[in-house]
Amino acid sequence: MIGIIDYGMGNLFSVSQALERLGTEWFISDDPAELGNAKGLILPGVGSFKDAMTLLDRQELSGFIKDYASSGKPLLGICLGMQLLFEESEENGLSNGLALLPGKVVRFPGTDKNGESYKVPHMGWNFLKFTNESDLVTDFQEDYVYFVHSYYLKTDDKSVVIASADYHGEVPAIVGRGSVYGMQFHPEKSSSMGMSLLKNYLELVEGKGVR
Amino acid sequence: MLTKRIIPCLDVKEGRVVKGIQFVSLRDAGDPVELAAFYDREGADELVFLDISASHEGRQTMVEVVKSVAASLAIPFTVGGGINSLEDMKRILRAGADKVSLNTAAVLRPELINEGAGYFGSQCIVVAIDAKYDESIGTWRVYTHGGRKSTEQDVITWAREAVDRGAGEILLTSMDNDGEKSGFNLQLTKAVSEAVTVPVIASGGAGNAGHFEDAFKEGKADAALAASIFHYKETSVKEVKSFLKQQGVVVR
Repeated sequence: MIGIIDYGMGNLFSVSQALERLGTEWFISDDPAELGNAKGLILPGVGSFKDAMTLLDRQELSGFIKDYASSGKPLLGICLGMQLLFEESEENGLSNGLALLPGKVVRFPGTDKNGESYKVPHMGWNFLKFTNESDLVTDFQEDYVYFVHSYYLKTDDKSVVIASADYHGEVPAIVGRGSVYGMQFHPEKSSSMGMSLLKNYLELVEGKGVR
Repeated sequence: MLTKRIIPCLDVKEGRVVKGIQFVSLRDAGDPVELAAFYDREGADELVFLDISASHEGRQTMVEVVKSVAASLAIPFTVGGGINSLEDMKRILRAGADKVSLNTAAVLRPELINEGAGYFGSQCIVVAIDAKYDESIGTWRVYTHGGRKSTEQDVITWAREAVDRGAGEILLTSMDNDGEKSGFNLQLTKAVSEAVTVPVIASGGAGNAGHFEDAFKEGKADAALAASIFHYKETSVKEVKSFLKQQGVVVR
Protein backbone atom coordinates (compact mmCIF):
# COMPACT_ATOMS: atom_id res chain seq x y z
CA MET A 1 0.00 0.00 0.00
CA ILE A 2 1.36 3.42 -1.07
CA GLY A 3 0.61 6.44 1.09
CA ILE A 4 0.22 9.82 -0.61
CA ILE A 5 1.00 12.61 1.83
CA ASP A 6 -1.74 15.23 1.88
CA TYR A 7 -0.58 18.47 3.43
CA GLY A 8 -2.83 20.67 1.34
CA MET A 9 -0.58 21.46 -1.63
CA GLY A 10 -0.46 18.52 -3.96
CA ASN A 11 -1.91 17.58 -7.30
CA LEU A 12 -3.19 14.53 -5.43
CA PHE A 13 -5.81 13.54 -7.94
CA SER A 14 -3.44 13.09 -10.88
CA VAL A 15 -0.89 11.20 -8.78
CA SER A 16 -3.51 8.91 -7.28
CA GLN A 17 -5.06 8.26 -10.70
CA ALA A 18 -1.67 7.34 -12.11
CA LEU A 19 -1.23 4.79 -9.30
CA GLU A 20 -4.74 3.55 -9.95
CA ARG A 21 -3.91 2.91 -13.62
CA LEU A 22 -0.82 1.01 -12.52
CA GLY A 23 -3.02 -1.23 -10.42
CA THR A 24 -1.48 -0.25 -7.09
CA GLU A 25 -3.31 0.12 -3.83
CA TRP A 26 -2.98 3.64 -2.49
CA PHE A 27 -4.44 5.99 0.07
CA ILE A 28 -4.29 9.70 0.72
CA SER A 29 -3.73 10.87 4.27
CA ASP A 30 -2.47 13.71 6.45
CA ASP A 31 -2.21 11.47 9.51
CA PRO A 32 1.32 10.34 10.46
CA ALA A 33 -0.04 7.27 12.28
CA GLU A 34 -1.86 6.12 9.16
CA LEU A 35 0.95 7.06 6.76
CA GLY A 36 3.41 5.15 8.94
CA ASN A 37 1.74 1.90 7.90
CA ALA A 38 2.44 2.48 4.20
CA LYS A 39 5.11 0.37 2.52
CA GLY A 40 6.23 3.45 0.64
CA LEU A 41 5.29 7.13 0.49
CA ILE A 42 4.83 9.75 -2.18
CA LEU A 43 5.27 13.43 -1.32
CA PRO A 44 3.64 15.44 -4.10
CA GLY A 45 3.55 19.20 -4.24
CA VAL A 46 2.67 22.24 -6.27
CA GLY A 47 3.12 25.76 -4.93
CA SER A 48 5.71 27.54 -2.86
CA PHE A 49 8.41 25.86 -0.75
CA LYS A 50 7.91 28.07 2.27
CA ASP A 51 4.13 27.49 2.44
CA ALA A 52 4.70 23.76 2.03
CA MET A 53 7.19 23.57 4.90
CA THR A 54 4.89 25.62 7.13
CA LEU A 55 2.06 23.19 6.45
CA LEU A 56 4.26 20.12 6.94
CA ASP A 57 5.53 21.50 10.26
CA ARG A 58 2.07 22.50 11.45
CA GLN A 59 0.65 19.06 10.73
CA GLU A 60 3.63 17.39 12.41
CA LEU A 61 4.48 15.74 9.12
CA SER A 62 8.08 17.02 8.86
CA GLY A 63 9.34 14.97 11.79
CA PHE A 64 7.30 12.00 10.69
CA ILE A 65 8.72 12.06 7.13
CA LYS A 66 12.29 12.27 8.45
CA ASP A 67 11.72 9.32 10.81
CA TYR A 68 10.00 7.33 8.07
CA ALA A 69 12.89 7.93 5.65
CA SER A 70 15.56 7.08 8.21
CA SER A 71 13.79 3.80 8.91
CA GLY A 72 14.76 2.85 5.35
CA LYS A 73 11.26 2.72 3.88
CA PRO A 74 11.01 4.28 0.39
CA LEU A 75 9.95 7.88 -0.11
CA LEU A 76 9.45 9.64 -3.45
CA GLY A 77 9.11 13.42 -3.68
CA ILE A 78 7.56 14.83 -6.86
CA CYS A 79 8.20 18.39 -8.16
CA LEU A 80 7.99 20.65 -5.09
CA GLY A 81 7.93 17.42 -3.10
CA MET A 82 11.42 16.65 -4.43
CA GLN A 83 12.71 20.11 -3.53
CA LEU A 84 11.42 19.70 0.03
CA LEU A 85 13.79 16.74 0.51
CA PHE A 86 16.79 19.11 0.39
CA GLU A 87 18.38 21.41 2.95
CA GLU A 88 16.93 24.77 2.02
CA SER A 89 15.24 26.90 -0.61
CA GLU A 90 15.49 30.58 -1.44
CA GLU A 91 11.85 30.76 -2.60
CA ASN A 92 10.10 33.67 -0.80
CA GLY A 93 13.09 34.12 1.49
CA LEU A 94 15.35 31.38 2.76
CA SER A 95 13.62 28.46 4.48
CA ASN A 96 14.76 25.10 5.72
CA GLY A 97 13.69 21.89 4.05
CA LEU A 98 13.57 18.32 5.31
CA ALA A 99 17.34 17.98 4.78
CA LEU A 100 17.19 14.31 3.81
CA LEU A 101 19.48 15.04 0.86
CA PRO A 102 22.31 17.57 0.43
CA GLY A 103 21.72 20.67 -1.66
CA LYS A 104 19.76 23.88 -1.91
CA VAL A 105 16.95 25.05 -4.14
CA VAL A 106 17.47 28.27 -6.10
CA ARG A 107 15.61 30.23 -8.76
CA PHE A 108 16.51 29.98 -12.43
CA PRO A 109 18.37 33.24 -13.01
CA GLY A 110 16.58 33.81 -16.34
CA THR A 111 19.86 34.91 -17.95
CA ASP A 112 22.49 32.47 -19.20
CA LYS A 113 26.25 32.81 -18.96
CA ASN A 114 26.38 34.72 -22.26
CA GLY A 115 23.94 37.29 -20.95
CA GLU A 116 21.06 35.92 -23.05
CA SER A 117 17.72 35.91 -21.27
CA TYR A 118 15.51 32.83 -21.25
CA LYS A 119 12.01 31.89 -20.11
CA VAL A 120 11.16 31.02 -16.52
CA PRO A 121 9.33 28.75 -15.56
CA HIS A 122 11.10 25.84 -17.21
CA MET A 123 7.87 24.54 -18.71
CA GLY A 124 7.42 21.65 -21.08
CA TRP A 125 9.05 18.42 -22.24
CA ASN A 126 12.75 18.03 -21.72
CA PHE A 127 15.16 15.16 -22.24
CA LEU A 128 16.37 13.10 -19.29
CA LYS A 129 20.02 12.11 -19.24
CA PHE A 130 21.08 9.50 -16.74
CA THR A 131 24.13 10.59 -14.79
CA ASN A 132 24.39 7.98 -12.04
CA GLU A 133 23.24 4.43 -11.64
CA SER A 134 20.19 3.78 -9.55
CA ASP A 135 17.76 0.94 -9.11
CA LEU A 136 15.08 3.51 -9.99
CA VAL A 137 16.24 3.78 -13.61
CA THR A 138 17.84 0.41 -14.31
CA ASP A 139 17.29 -0.67 -17.94
CA PHE A 140 15.61 2.60 -18.86
CA GLN A 141 15.92 4.31 -22.23
CA GLU A 142 16.50 8.04 -21.94
CA ASP A 143 13.37 9.95 -22.96
CA TYR A 144 11.37 13.16 -22.56
CA VAL A 145 9.45 14.07 -19.41
CA TYR A 146 7.25 17.03 -18.49
CA PHE A 147 8.63 19.80 -16.27
CA VAL A 148 7.03 22.89 -14.74
CA HIS A 149 9.15 24.75 -12.22
CA SER A 150 10.87 28.07 -11.56
CA TYR A 151 13.29 26.83 -8.89
CA TYR A 152 15.83 24.07 -9.26
CA LEU A 153 18.29 22.07 -7.21
CA LYS A 154 21.92 23.06 -6.81
CA THR A 155 24.11 20.51 -5.13
CA ASP A 156 27.84 19.98 -4.75
CA ASP A 157 27.24 16.31 -4.09
CA LYS A 158 26.74 15.00 -7.64
CA SER A 159 26.26 11.46 -6.35
CA VAL A 160 22.63 12.23 -5.46
CA VAL A 161 21.79 13.21 -9.06
CA ILE A 162 20.52 10.16 -10.96
CA ALA A 163 19.30 12.02 -14.05
CA SER A 164 19.35 15.58 -15.26
CA ALA A 165 17.96 17.75 -18.02
CA ASP A 166 19.54 20.66 -19.84
CA TYR A 167 17.85 24.03 -19.52
CA HIS A 168 20.49 26.74 -19.86
CA GLY A 169 22.60 24.59 -17.58
CA GLU A 170 22.23 21.30 -15.82
CA VAL A 171 18.93 20.78 -14.02
CA PRO A 172 18.81 17.79 -11.65
CA ALA A 173 15.70 15.82 -12.60
CA ILE A 174 15.87 12.54 -10.69
CA VAL A 175 17.67 12.43 -7.36
CA GLY A 176 18.13 9.72 -4.78
CA ARG A 177 20.18 8.26 -2.00
CA GLY A 178 19.33 5.15 -0.03
CA SER A 179 15.58 4.84 -0.12
CA VAL A 180 14.88 8.55 -0.60
CA TYR A 181 14.06 9.56 -4.19
CA GLY A 182 12.85 12.66 -5.94
CA MET A 183 11.66 13.71 -9.40
CA GLN A 184 11.64 17.37 -10.37
CA PHE A 185 9.33 16.71 -13.35
CA HIS A 186 5.82 15.29 -13.17
CA PRO A 187 5.94 11.53 -13.86
CA GLU A 188 2.15 11.43 -13.62
CA LYS A 189 2.04 13.85 -16.59
CA SER A 190 4.96 12.43 -18.58
CA SER A 191 3.11 9.96 -20.76
CA SER A 192 4.56 6.44 -21.00
CA MET A 193 8.05 7.38 -19.71
CA GLY A 194 6.54 8.89 -16.56
CA MET A 195 4.29 5.91 -15.99
CA SER A 196 7.25 3.53 -16.37
CA LEU A 197 9.25 5.49 -13.81
CA LEU A 198 6.36 5.43 -11.36
CA LYS A 199 5.90 1.73 -11.97
CA ASN A 200 9.55 1.15 -11.23
CA TYR A 201 9.25 3.05 -7.95
CA LEU A 202 6.27 0.93 -6.99
CA GLU A 203 8.19 -2.25 -7.77
CA LEU A 204 11.05 -0.99 -5.72
CA VAL A 205 8.63 -0.39 -2.84
CA GLU A 206 7.42 -3.96 -3.22
CA GLY A 207 11.01 -5.11 -3.14
CA LYS A 208 10.98 -6.53 -6.68
CA GLY A 209 13.16 -3.94 -8.31
CA VAL A 210 15.82 -3.73 -5.61
CA ARG A 211 19.16 -5.16 -6.58
CA MET B 1 17.00 20.81 -24.35
CA LEU B 2 13.46 21.98 -23.85
CA THR B 3 11.22 21.05 -26.76
CA LYS B 4 8.70 23.19 -28.61
CA ARG B 5 5.19 22.06 -27.76
CA ILE B 6 2.33 21.22 -30.12
CA ILE B 7 -1.07 21.69 -28.51
CA PRO B 8 -4.40 20.62 -30.03
CA CYS B 9 -7.36 22.62 -28.75
CA LEU B 10 -10.80 21.09 -28.22
CA ASP B 11 -14.04 23.04 -27.86
CA VAL B 12 -16.34 21.46 -25.30
CA LYS B 13 -20.02 22.26 -24.97
CA GLU B 14 -22.20 20.68 -22.30
CA GLY B 15 -19.58 17.98 -21.82
CA ARG B 16 -19.14 17.09 -25.51
CA VAL B 17 -16.48 18.06 -28.00
CA VAL B 18 -18.06 20.14 -30.74
CA LYS B 19 -17.10 21.90 -33.97
CA GLY B 20 -16.88 19.22 -36.59
CA ILE B 21 -14.29 16.67 -35.76
CA GLN B 22 -13.54 14.04 -38.36
CA PHE B 23 -12.28 10.97 -36.68
CA VAL B 24 -13.65 7.91 -38.34
CA SER B 25 -11.41 5.73 -36.23
CA LEU B 26 -13.14 6.73 -33.03
CA ARG B 27 -16.28 5.19 -31.65
CA ASP B 28 -17.56 8.58 -30.63
CA ALA B 29 -15.94 11.71 -32.04
CA GLY B 30 -17.69 13.84 -29.44
CA ASP B 31 -16.22 12.14 -26.42
CA PRO B 32 -13.54 14.38 -24.84
CA VAL B 33 -11.78 11.47 -23.15
CA GLU B 34 -11.53 9.44 -26.35
CA LEU B 35 -10.23 12.43 -28.30
CA ALA B 36 -7.75 13.31 -25.58
CA ALA B 37 -6.41 9.76 -25.65
CA PHE B 38 -6.19 9.92 -29.45
CA TYR B 39 -4.08 13.08 -29.34
CA ASP B 40 -1.91 11.63 -26.59
CA ARG B 41 -1.14 8.65 -28.84
CA GLU B 42 -0.41 11.05 -31.71
CA GLY B 43 2.27 12.74 -29.63
CA ALA B 44 0.46 15.92 -28.54
CA ASP B 45 2.51 17.59 -25.81
CA GLU B 46 -0.43 19.13 -24.04
CA LEU B 47 -4.13 19.71 -24.61
CA VAL B 48 -6.39 22.70 -24.17
CA PHE B 49 -10.09 22.25 -23.48
CA LEU B 50 -12.15 25.32 -24.10
CA ASP B 51 -15.50 25.18 -22.33
CA ILE B 52 -18.04 26.97 -24.52
CA SER B 53 -21.08 25.88 -22.51
CA ALA B 54 -23.58 28.66 -22.10
CA SER B 55 -25.32 27.24 -19.06
CA HIS B 56 -24.42 26.63 -15.45
CA GLU B 57 -25.22 22.93 -15.92
CA GLY B 58 -22.80 22.81 -18.83
CA ARG B 59 -20.06 24.19 -16.60
CA GLN B 60 -20.81 21.61 -13.94
CA THR B 61 -20.52 18.91 -16.61
CA MET B 62 -17.08 20.28 -17.52
CA VAL B 63 -15.84 19.36 -14.04
CA GLU B 64 -16.86 15.75 -14.73
CA VAL B 65 -15.07 15.87 -18.09
CA VAL B 66 -11.92 17.16 -16.39
CA LYS B 67 -12.08 14.31 -13.87
CA SER B 68 -12.41 11.64 -16.55
CA VAL B 69 -9.63 13.13 -18.66
CA ALA B 70 -7.31 13.39 -15.65
CA ALA B 71 -8.11 9.81 -14.69
CA SER B 72 -7.17 8.37 -18.06
CA LEU B 73 -4.50 10.67 -19.45
CA ALA B 74 -0.85 11.17 -18.51
CA ILE B 75 -0.15 14.43 -20.33
CA PRO B 76 -0.84 17.93 -19.03
CA PHE B 77 -3.98 19.80 -19.96
CA THR B 78 -5.41 23.28 -19.57
CA VAL B 79 -9.05 24.25 -19.19
CA GLY B 80 -10.35 27.65 -20.28
CA GLY B 81 -13.69 29.29 -20.83
CA GLY B 82 -16.01 30.75 -18.23
CA ILE B 83 -13.50 30.81 -15.40
CA ASN B 84 -14.44 33.92 -13.46
CA SER B 85 -13.41 33.40 -9.86
CA LEU B 86 -10.96 31.67 -7.56
CA GLU B 87 -13.76 29.21 -6.80
CA ASP B 88 -14.03 28.33 -10.50
CA MET B 89 -10.27 27.75 -10.61
CA LYS B 90 -10.41 25.53 -7.54
CA ARG B 91 -13.18 23.37 -9.02
CA ILE B 92 -11.30 22.80 -12.26
CA LEU B 93 -7.82 22.33 -10.80
CA ARG B 94 -9.00 20.04 -8.02
CA ALA B 95 -10.79 17.94 -10.62
CA GLY B 96 -7.36 17.28 -12.12
CA ALA B 97 -6.61 19.97 -14.71
CA ASP B 98 -3.01 21.17 -14.64
CA LYS B 99 -3.70 24.75 -15.61
CA VAL B 100 -6.61 27.12 -16.03
CA SER B 101 -6.77 29.72 -18.72
CA LEU B 102 -8.22 33.14 -17.86
CA ASN B 103 -9.37 35.57 -20.51
CA THR B 104 -12.23 38.08 -20.17
CA ALA B 105 -12.46 37.72 -16.40
CA ALA B 106 -8.79 38.66 -16.02
CA VAL B 107 -9.18 41.76 -18.19
CA LEU B 108 -12.23 42.87 -16.21
CA ARG B 109 -10.61 42.14 -12.86
CA PRO B 110 -6.83 41.68 -13.15
CA GLU B 111 -6.53 40.84 -9.41
CA LEU B 112 -7.96 37.45 -10.35
CA ILE B 113 -4.53 36.56 -11.77
CA ASN B 114 -2.84 37.44 -8.46
CA GLU B 115 -5.40 35.42 -6.53
CA GLY B 116 -4.99 32.34 -8.70
CA ALA B 117 -1.19 32.53 -8.77
CA GLY B 118 -1.06 33.16 -5.04
CA TYR B 119 -3.20 30.16 -4.30
CA PHE B 120 -2.02 27.62 -6.86
CA GLY B 121 1.27 29.03 -8.09
CA SER B 122 2.01 30.74 -11.40
CA GLN B 123 2.51 27.45 -13.21
CA CYS B 124 -1.24 26.81 -13.02
CA ILE B 125 -2.31 30.18 -14.41
CA VAL B 126 -2.44 30.81 -18.14
CA VAL B 127 -3.66 34.18 -19.36
CA ALA B 128 -5.31 33.97 -22.78
CA ILE B 129 -5.21 37.13 -24.88
CA ASP B 130 -7.30 37.69 -27.99
CA ALA B 131 -5.44 40.23 -30.10
CA LYS B 132 -6.49 42.25 -33.12
CA TYR B 133 -4.43 44.78 -35.02
CA ASP B 134 -5.67 48.35 -34.84
CA GLU B 135 -4.27 50.53 -37.62
CA SER B 136 -5.25 53.75 -35.88
CA ILE B 137 -2.82 53.07 -33.03
CA GLY B 138 -0.39 50.93 -35.01
CA THR B 139 -0.45 48.06 -32.57
CA TRP B 140 -2.64 45.23 -31.29
CA ARG B 141 -5.63 45.69 -29.04
CA VAL B 142 -7.00 43.24 -26.48
CA TYR B 143 -10.48 41.88 -27.20
CA THR B 144 -12.75 40.16 -24.71
CA HIS B 145 -15.97 38.14 -24.65
CA GLY B 146 -14.78 35.67 -27.25
CA GLY B 147 -13.51 38.45 -29.50
CA ARG B 148 -16.77 40.36 -29.53
CA LYS B 149 -15.72 43.35 -27.43
CA SER B 150 -12.84 45.66 -28.03
CA THR B 151 -10.97 47.15 -25.07
CA GLU B 152 -8.63 50.12 -24.71
CA GLN B 153 -5.82 47.78 -23.66
CA ASP B 154 -2.71 47.36 -25.74
CA VAL B 155 -1.70 43.69 -26.04
CA ILE B 156 1.97 44.10 -25.10
CA THR B 157 1.15 46.20 -22.04
CA TRP B 158 -1.52 43.76 -20.93
CA ALA B 159 0.74 40.74 -21.45
CA ARG B 160 3.42 42.37 -19.29
CA GLU B 161 0.91 43.24 -16.59
CA ALA B 162 -0.53 39.70 -16.60
CA VAL B 163 2.96 38.26 -16.08
CA ASP B 164 3.75 40.78 -13.32
CA ARG B 165 0.56 39.67 -11.62
CA GLY B 166 1.59 36.03 -11.75
CA ALA B 167 0.59 34.53 -15.11
CA GLY B 168 2.87 31.55 -15.80
CA GLU B 169 2.15 31.41 -19.50
CA ILE B 170 0.45 33.49 -22.22
CA LEU B 171 -1.91 31.92 -24.75
CA LEU B 172 -1.89 34.44 -27.57
CA THR B 173 -4.55 34.28 -30.27
CA SER B 174 -4.40 36.49 -33.34
CA MET B 175 -7.98 37.29 -34.30
CA ASP B 176 -6.73 38.60 -37.64
CA ASN B 177 -5.21 35.24 -38.54
CA ASP B 178 -7.65 32.91 -36.80
CA GLY B 179 -9.44 30.65 -39.28
CA GLU B 180 -7.43 31.96 -42.25
CA LYS B 181 -4.99 29.03 -42.32
CA SER B 182 -2.36 31.39 -43.68
CA GLY B 183 0.00 30.97 -40.75
CA PHE B 184 0.39 32.34 -37.26
CA ASN B 185 0.79 36.06 -36.74
CA LEU B 186 4.56 36.14 -36.48
CA GLN B 187 5.01 39.83 -35.68
CA LEU B 188 2.48 39.67 -32.87
CA THR B 189 3.87 36.44 -31.46
CA LYS B 190 7.45 37.68 -31.56
CA ALA B 191 6.53 41.02 -30.00
CA VAL B 192 4.77 39.37 -27.06
CA SER B 193 7.29 36.58 -26.64
CA GLU B 194 10.13 39.10 -26.42
CA ALA B 195 8.16 41.34 -24.06
CA VAL B 196 7.52 38.73 -21.37
CA THR B 197 9.63 36.32 -19.35
CA VAL B 198 7.18 33.39 -19.44
CA PRO B 199 6.38 30.94 -22.25
CA VAL B 200 4.07 32.10 -25.06
CA ILE B 201 1.70 29.81 -26.95
CA ALA B 202 0.98 31.01 -30.49
CA SER B 203 -2.58 30.48 -31.65
CA GLY B 204 -4.69 31.31 -34.68
CA GLY B 205 -3.92 30.69 -38.33
CA ALA B 206 -2.20 27.31 -38.49
CA GLY B 207 -2.72 25.80 -41.95
CA ASN B 208 0.25 23.50 -42.44
CA ALA B 209 3.39 22.14 -40.79
CA GLY B 210 5.54 24.97 -42.12
CA HIS B 211 3.46 27.48 -40.20
CA PHE B 212 4.55 25.82 -36.96
CA GLU B 213 8.20 26.10 -37.97
CA ASP B 214 7.67 29.83 -38.62
CA ALA B 215 5.92 30.30 -35.26
CA PHE B 216 8.90 28.80 -33.44
CA LYS B 217 11.77 30.18 -35.50
CA GLU B 218 10.49 33.64 -36.45
CA GLY B 219 7.69 34.11 -33.96
CA LYS B 220 9.84 32.93 -31.02
CA ALA B 221 6.87 30.99 -29.68
CA ASP B 222 7.45 28.33 -27.03
CA ALA B 223 4.39 26.35 -28.06
CA ALA B 224 1.81 26.45 -30.83
CA LEU B 225 -1.85 25.63 -30.68
CA ALA B 226 -4.22 24.55 -33.43
CA ALA B 227 -7.70 23.15 -33.69
CA SER B 228 -9.27 22.56 -37.08
CA ILE B 229 -6.24 21.36 -39.05
CA PHE B 230 -5.85 18.53 -36.55
CA HIS B 231 -9.55 17.82 -36.12
CA TYR B 232 -10.17 17.72 -39.87
CA LYS B 233 -7.04 15.66 -40.38
CA GLU B 234 -5.53 18.14 -42.79
CA THR B 235 -2.36 17.21 -41.04
CA SER B 236 -1.55 15.39 -37.83
CA VAL B 237 0.50 16.11 -34.75
CA LYS B 238 2.83 13.33 -35.86
CA GLU B 239 3.33 14.82 -39.33
CA VAL B 240 3.93 18.29 -37.94
CA LYS B 241 6.49 16.95 -35.51
CA SER B 242 8.39 14.89 -38.04
CA PHE B 243 8.51 17.94 -40.35
CA LEU B 244 9.77 20.13 -37.51
CA LYS B 245 12.48 17.61 -36.66
CA GLN B 246 13.74 17.75 -40.25
CA GLN B 247 13.84 21.52 -40.01
CA GLY B 248 15.95 21.40 -36.89
CA VAL B 249 13.24 22.39 -34.43
CA VAL B 250 13.55 20.37 -31.22
CA VAL B 251 10.34 18.45 -30.54
CA ARG B 252 9.54 15.39 -28.52
